[in-house]
Parts: sequence; structure tokens; C-alpha cells
Amino acid sequence: MISFSPSEEQQMIVNVVKQFATDEMRKVYREADESGEIPARIIDAAWGLGFISSSIPEEHGGAGSEHSTITGSLLAEELAWGDLSMAMHTLCPTLVVLPILEMGTEEQKRKYLPAFCREKYKAATAALMEPRFNFDPYSLSTTARLDGGNYLLNGEKCYVPLAADADLLLVYATDNGSNQGFILEKGASGLEIGAPEKNMGIKALSTYELALKDCRIPRENRLGGKIGCDFNRIMNCSRVALSAMAVGVARAAFEYSRDYAKERVAFGEPIAARQAIAFMLAEMAIEVDATRLMTWEAAWKLDRKEDATKEASLVKMYADDMAVTVTDRAVQILGGHGYIREHPVELWLRNGRGFAAFDGMAIVYKEIQHYD
Amino acid sequence: MIDFELTPEEEAAVKVAHKAAEELFRPISRYYDEHEHESPQELIDTLWEKRGEVGMLSLSLAAALGIEELCWGDAGLMLCNPGPSLGGAAVWASGTPEQRDRFLKRFNKGKPKWGAMAMTEAGCGSDTSAITATAVRDGDEWVLNGEKIFVTQGKRALEDSDGIVVVWATVDKSAGRAGMKSFVVEAGTPGMRVEKLEKKLGIRASDTATIIFEDCRIPYENILGSPEVRKLDKTKTAGFQKAMATFDATRPIVAAQALGVGRAALDFVKETLEKEGIEIRYGLPRNKLSALERDVMDMEAHYKAAKLLTLRAIWMLNQGQPNNLEASMAKAKTGLAVTRITQKAVELMGPLGYSRKYLLEKWMRDAKINDIFEGTGQINMLIVARRVLGYSRDQLK
Repeated sequence: MISFSPSEEQQMIVNVVKQFATDEMRKVYREADESGEIPARIIDAAWGLGFISSSIPEEHGGAGSEHSTITGSLLAEELAWGDLSMAMHTLCPTLVVLPILEMGTEEQKRKYLPAFCREKYKAATAALMEPRFNFDPYSLSTTARLDGGNYLLNGEKCYVPLAADADLLLVYATDNGSNQGFILEKGASGLEIGAPEKNMGIKALSTYELALKDCRIPRENRLGGKIGCDFNRIMNCSRVALSAMAVGVARAAFEYSRDYAKERVAFGEPIAARQAIAFMLAEMAIEVDATRLMTWEAAWKLDRKEDATKEASLVKMYADDMAVTVTDRAVQILGGHGYIREHPVELWLRNGRGFAAFDGMAIVYKEIQHYD
Repeated sequence: MIDFELTPEEEAAVKVAHKAAEELFRPISRYYDEHEHESPQELIDTLWEKRGEVGMLSLSLAAALGIEELCWGDAGLMLCNPGPSLGGAAVWASGTPEQRDRFLKRFNKGKPKWGAMAMTEAGCGSDTSAITATAVRDGDEWVLNGEKIFVTQGKRALEDSDGIVVVWATVDKSAGRAGMKSFVVEAGTPGMRVEKLEKKLGIRASDTATIIFEDCRIPYENILGSPEVRKLDKTKTAGFQKAMATFDATRPIVAAQALGVGRAALDFVKETLEKEGIEIRYGLPRNKLSALERDVMDMEAHYKAAKLLTLRAIWMLNQGQPNNLEASMAKAKTGLAVTRITQKAVELMGPLGYSRKYLLEKWMRDAKINDIFEGTGQINMLIVARRVLGYSRDQLK
């Protein structure tokens, strides 16, 4: 039965996170962007809300509620509305927790999940992207080769968030032609973590390049053991999460520019009273809503364990474009003030621009399309 | 609980309508595009017989989904579908139980009938407050005078059947918007005639009539809503609110019509590519996609965005939630989306797109109306803008 209404529990989560984003994240986002650092208390407080441990089974120390991608989308939107860097930092451990939860072996769950149910934030991350313009997640250059009882990993990765602090690192590599995940623990031999990357936006989130040189890990550290993982499903979950965050960033920009347009007076009336501005805002509102509904639909399919490749990639592509358009319009509505770092809209534009670059969507070189 | 699963009844409604679209609409689609003003009598009779099955009488989700399918078949022919339609929707939205009974019951029996809505005039389209048609009370009657244009199914409602037309007229010009009222005129009422039928870019199977009212007398009880001219405040007037209540119900349905045309074009493109062995590779990074794949995915995404906004607006309507903002969002997005989707499809299909041998060029012409009728894209954007800004019509003109 079609319904667009979140459950009471979901609405409660949304309210709590919205409050947290307003009271905490929005107070420090500018300073964090300028300094490249997120105050630890914010991350700890976000962790304390218990969103990650809640879906870990009781036997592994969590609250044992069923993981819902829809709830995850609602949560991600609100966090990203607060600040994208902090949202990504907060949710970064899910890049390891969710694949282990859904696809890990019993031993992997037993070994790795309890650490995420403790009070203190536990950094963990995943390495997927590789530093080349035509990166394609379905043809990775990083390789995993069996050598006796071990896997040897070789390759280069980039945009790996929190790599320097992470206790666990899930590296995606091609293993006899199929993409698989490999669980690395901190300090694995042959793992070299580069200097923090400098990016246009999401500056408070530290990301790194990695080099894997004959990095040796035990055979049982392959995600899902012999069966392996469903790489496509992991990609689709990531697409949905990123789309939800794009909605959050765009909504922030829409709301701010809407309020500004009602305050700012030109030629004797608020600029919002002019159709040129009002129509931009109307379009922003429509696109934010449309993208949210598409995100929900893809999430719903994932929760039903159906193949959501089409829905997830369509919404991701749509959300990438929407985030840029909406945040750009917000800067435009503020005019010169939008360009100044006293207002947040320039930050949202820089952050919004990032979505297309993540998750293998290396749009920077979009012009280089080949015609089959 | 957020859910996108159709109920078995809704699934069934989609199936039935899709079958009708394939078997009854598509085969005669080109003929009635090229023979404008000819009536597809056989189809009309069949649809009238099947009307319960297709579920056209309600504004339910199942009905909306069915309408999308029928428009996938042919939007012009779908509009010929006998039933209460927009006129009926107005009675349904703002009539009393007695009026619903008196005016809508006819649609359950006898020969095919239509319900039409007469709002637009030569001098006013979107600005419905500028209506010049008048209604003057004379004892137990209202006397209507004026000329209405662009009345969809006007001729079928008034000349070809025992239908109704809901006419918008002012009872007090000095009262502006507050004086605007709607009246139900039944077929066969003296003092009213169909002056002409328009020739159009698309949806040619649908009749678009000019109706003239000259001292047309109707019973006093045929006014929808209160006859009182109340000036509550400048922005909210009873008469206008009634009109808006109707639009909130009809805009999502019209959006559903649009979706059908857009999807017809999208399906044509995808089927053609499939025949040529060209696959749309979802999930690939942008730099690996061809421009063609990007375009098709873009069309699909816009269709999906429009569809979900439409479903939400209809869902809210059926939940009894105010949906003025969401209905306009759906209508604005859908009209534009299908206009662009069909135009892009013609471009992508090259000679197949431009040729009248195929229906694609027709769908492009048909699609455009969705960006115009039942509120142009711009009017709907204006409503969305006012809503999100919390502005009245005086604050945002």
C-alpha cells in the first residue's frame, strides 16, 4: 500500500537528529571547514545517539533492531542538513559495519562488530576509489591474489575518509575478476597511508590516498569468506546514502536562501516577491522533494532485498545534478553575499559539488565520453 | 510507514487499463489524430460499457494509475472517455450531497455521458479572477451570460450526451475574486450553444469547444458552494477556495495523464534501442556512459521524479491531507518533464522520431498540452513559490 509517511519511530529519529544538527553541527560547521577539523565532542555526541550500534545484533553487543535503509536515508538527510563533513565522519564506520552485518561470516561479525557497540566513537572506513579520471568501480585496478593462506593486495586508493585513524579498513579489490572486500586492521604490513588530501569541499572530513604494496592479510579476512560479498548491493546502498545526503545539503541551501530572499529588500520589496527569485526557489523545492522521494523508493527496494541497481543509479545521478543546481541557485540568490564565506551557501555549493565525484562518479571529466 | 508497493487492486487496475490502451487505443491512435473532430464512437461505447472496470469515476490512486496507462495508449482518446471528468470533479469537491446525487448519478447508467468544466474565456486563462461571464439571480433561477473557450469535451457533454458542464461566472463584478461562483448547467438547457471546435497541435481526438451562454436559465440550486459574496480577507475568499479545492484534486490526475504520454515515448526509445542491441548500462560511472545512455537515463530519472511527486499528491488527497503545494509541485514538474522527455525522444530517434509512420512525433505534440492546461507550468510554479515562501497572491504576483 503506497504511503509517503515515515513511521512514528522514524519521525522521532528525524526530530532528534534535526535538533542535534541545529544545536551542535550548525554552530561549528564554518570553523570546522576553515580548520579542517571537527570537534571531537560533536562526533562523540553523534555517536552517542546510537544509530550505528542500534542495528547490530544483541549477541554482538548492539540493540538488535533490524537495519532499515529508509531509516538510514532519513537519518543521513538530517545529518547532512547539519553539515556534510560531520555527517560523513559520523557515518563513516557504517562503510564497514553494514557490509559485515549483511554479508560477513559469523566469525567476522563476532570479531569486528562488538567494538562498534561501545561508548566511544570507533573509526572505520572503506577504500574503493582509485586515483584516475576514468575510475570505474566495476573494473578496479587494485588486485587481491591468494598466496598460500594469505591474500596479497596491490594497488592505489584515494578519497579514503579517516584512513589514518581507522582501526578497520575495508579495501575493495578484484579477486579473480570479481570485486570483493578485504578487511584490513590498523597497521597492516604493506599498507601505506599518504598525507591528507586537499579537496574543494567537505574540508573538515580528512581523506587520504593509500598505497597497497604486497599487503598481506589472512585468507579469512575476505568479506563474506568463501561466498564473498554482493558488491553491487554495497554500491547501491552507498548510492542511496549519498543521494540522501545530497538532499540534506540541498535542503539546507534551499531553506537558507528562501529565508534570505524574504529578508533582503531591493527596489522597495523583498527580492522573494519577484518571480525571477521566487521561481528559482519553487524549482529548488520541487527538485529537493523529488530527489527525496526517489531516494526513498530505492531504499525501499533495498530493504526488500531486491536488485535496486536501476533505481539507485538513477537517483544518484539525479541527486548529483540536483545538489549542484540547488546549491548554485542558493549562492545566486544571495548574490555577492553568497560568495562571501560569512554565509554558508558557498560552502554548500563546494560540498554539493562533491557528490558527483564520489562513488566512482568521476564527473570532473564528464566531457570525455566515448560513443560506443 | 513509507511504502511503494501497489495493492492487488491497484495492480489489477493498471493491468486492465494497460490492456485497454494496447488493444483499444493504440490501433486507432493515428487515425483520430489525422481525422480531428471525428468521434471514435466505437471506443466511446466500449469504454462506457467497461467504465466500472477501468474505474474512472474516482480520484483514487488506482484510478490515477489507470489513467496513466490509458494515456500511454493515447492521451487524446483518453480524454474522450465518457464520465464525470473535470466537471464531475468540481461537483465532487464542492457540491452538497444532494448536488452530487442529482448531477453525478447519471454517470452510472444509460448512454455515454460527459462532464466538462468551462472556465477559460477569450480574455482570461490563468487569471481566473478576470472572468467576465455573469450569473444574475432572477427568482428561483440564475441567468447566465458569456462566452467560454477551451472547454474540454464541451460538445460531447452538451450536444452528444445528457451530460453536465460546470461554468464559472461572477455574481458581483465589484467583489472581484469573491464574486466568482461555479454553476452546473445540464445538457439541453435552452440559451446555450456550442459555437465551434478548436484545431489543435495535439490531443486532437479530444474536443475543445467554445460555448456561448445567452440568457441561459438554470435552477437556483445549481450553484456549487455558497451564493453569498463574502469578503473574508483579500486572499481567502470562499468562491476562490472552491476553485482551488477542485484544482488540488484534478491537478495530480492531470499529472498522471501526462506521465502516460511521457512513458509511451520513453518505452518507444528503450524498445528501439533494445532491438538494435543497445543496452542502457545502469550503475556505470558517467565517464563510461555514452551520451545516448546519459540522455535515456536522464529521461527515466525525470519521469521517475515526476511520477513520485504525482503519487504523493494523490496519496495526500486520499488521506484527506491538504495537498495544494504538492499538487502544484506534481503538475509543474510533470508537465515540463514529459514535454522535455518527448522532445528528447524525437531527437534521439532521428528519422523514426520525425516520421508520422510512428506515434512518437504525435506524443511530442500531445505531451505539450500538459504544460499548459489545468494550470500552466508557470502558474503552478507561482503557487509552489507562494506556498514555500508563505506569501499571499498580493505579496507575490
